[in-house]
Amino acid sequence: MASPDVPPRWTHLYKVLTKSGPFSDEDWVPGPETITSLESSKILVIGAGGLGCEILKNLALSGFKDIHVIDMDTIDISNLNRQFLFRQADIGKPKAEVAAAFVERRVKGVKITPFVGKIQDKDEDYYMQFKIIVCGLDSIEARRWINSTLVGMVDFEDPESLKPLIDGGTEGFKGQARVILPSLSSCIECQLDMHAPRPAVPLCTIATIPRQPQHCIEWAHQIAWQEQRKDDSFDSDDLEHIGWVYSAALERAKQFQIPGITFQMTQGVVKNIIPAIASTNAVIAAATTSEALKIATSCNPYLENYMMYAGEEGVYTYTFEAEKKPDCPVCGNLARKLTVDPNMTLEVFIETLGERPEAQLKKPSMRTEEKTLYQRFPPQLEEQTRHNLKLKLKELIEDGQEIAVSDPAYTIDFRFRLSFQ
Amino acid sequence: MKMTFPNPDDILNFTLTIEPDEGMYKGGAFHFSFVVNQNFPHDPPKVKCTQKIYHPNIDLEGNVCLNILREDWKPVLNLNAVIVGMQFLFLEPNASDPLNKEAADDLRLNRDAFKRNVRTSMGGGSVRGVPYERVMR
Repeated sequence: MASPDVPPRWTHLYKVLTKSGPFSDEDWVPGPETITSLESSKILVIGAGGLGCEILKNLALSGFKDIHVIDMDTIDISNLNRQFLFRQADIGKPKAEVAAAFVERRVKGVKITPFVGKIQDKDEDYYMQFKIIVCGLDSIEARRWINSTLVGMVDFEDPESLKPLIDGGTEGFKGQARVILPSLSSCIECQLDMHAPRPAVPLCTIATIPRQPQHCIEWAHQIAWQEQRKDDSFDSDDLEHIGWVYSAALERAKQFQIPGITFQMTQGVVKNIIPAIASTNAVIAAATTSEALKIATSCNPYLENYMMYAGEEGVYTYTFEAEKKPDCPVCGNLARKLTVDPNMTLEVFIETLGERPEAQLKKPSMRTEEKTLYQRFPPQLEEQTRHNLKLKLKELIEDGQEIAVSDPAYTIDFRFRLSFQ
Repeated sequence: MKMTFPNPDDILNFTLTIEPDEGMYKGGAFHFSFVVNQNFPHDPPKVKCTQKIYHPNIDLEGNVCLNILREDWKPVLNLNAVIVGMQFLFLEPNASDPLNKEAADDLRLNRDAFKRNVRTSMGGGSVRGVPYERVMR
């Protein structure tokens, strides 16, 4: 039961956490224990932008008390319409720090630890300290990185090593929220082919018959720049470069009598800016944070595992369970341990792979993350790597290093962690 | 067809050489640089012709107009699909999707003249005042 000294801010939250509901798990024990577990859950928010601001605010208002946030960006004037933790005076300051300070000021008792930098700057030890990770990112690359890092961290003997990943994403009026239990459920890499790549205009349209102002901008950016300023590498943050593309596009648009090019549009096309809509961010952030609350407290079942939201024509949402891909390069086959003699040559090792019961690969090719050890195809690569066959394993790899092995008989790569005898 | 890897440890950057054994471009050796970025297969590979050649679907800067390299790329496609598509461009140059408009006009209006231009350009000659690189095998 909620005691009478519950601060008014939390009375509603505590009602949910101190009573069983029709959907709560039979084994769940409501009450102070649950509340303590929520307050002590260390949670990481990746991204302090449009989604990140909402997520931080929501988590703080949902009772999380130990929140970390990581973002490499600084605040730009164009963020202020929706990234409500930032003010005009904050322009140029790091998003993570300003957002953390703002929420700490507004919600008493919450501690928010910012880190200004890239997610890649941090290692497994850093990510291991959290109970849950929530992503409000704008790039697929960063999602893939954190996903594969979290999958790689899973140690089946230590349940604490499994970090639920809650991923939100928006694009205009569309959005998505998903819950990923690394190695147990479908991961970001499994779902990669669900994302349609950005629609692109055929190069020939751009080169010959532009129909829209955007085609002229693409022409200036991709064709005129290459012809006339080949030696300058294009920088989309350099205003002089954008200005050049803008005037080249204007010129071309005049030839084809296409009106409507503006500097801002040029910037949008060149930088691939998708209009961000504050309300979509709010919807998706709400979905991800209520999942975080449910996972941290077990008070209700969580999302399994993908919710899509389409708001561009009325509203349509659909929730389904994305399946794990058996051949997912990240979570489909975790590295198996293989004990080898470091003085064995690569050639002999390859032969043994055909005989070892745990491998049975007849025509393997292999590489480490950085190095191609031996590749049978294409022939030129075979020739270039053939000399490695005579080298000893210890000359090629380190003790405990992981190798990826492919074989024409299988469509997937096998991963082995080689430990020296 | 041949692939060369300037650095065998970096299998994301390589050169593809296409040597058509039939069609108008028979006898040539055409080099393309392939750059596969970290976002592959979400992003298509970036392909450029490293020679200056006379082809309706390849401009003088080496840009290639092949639908699956841009607007029709899907993450289920692979390098094989791209390579087959590139070979096809040399068998059947496509005048309706031009990047080199003059070459496309030649192909559409006078196929025989186009063929002659292809031979001239492949030998290192000029077509309509534009000098081309010698690309014979």
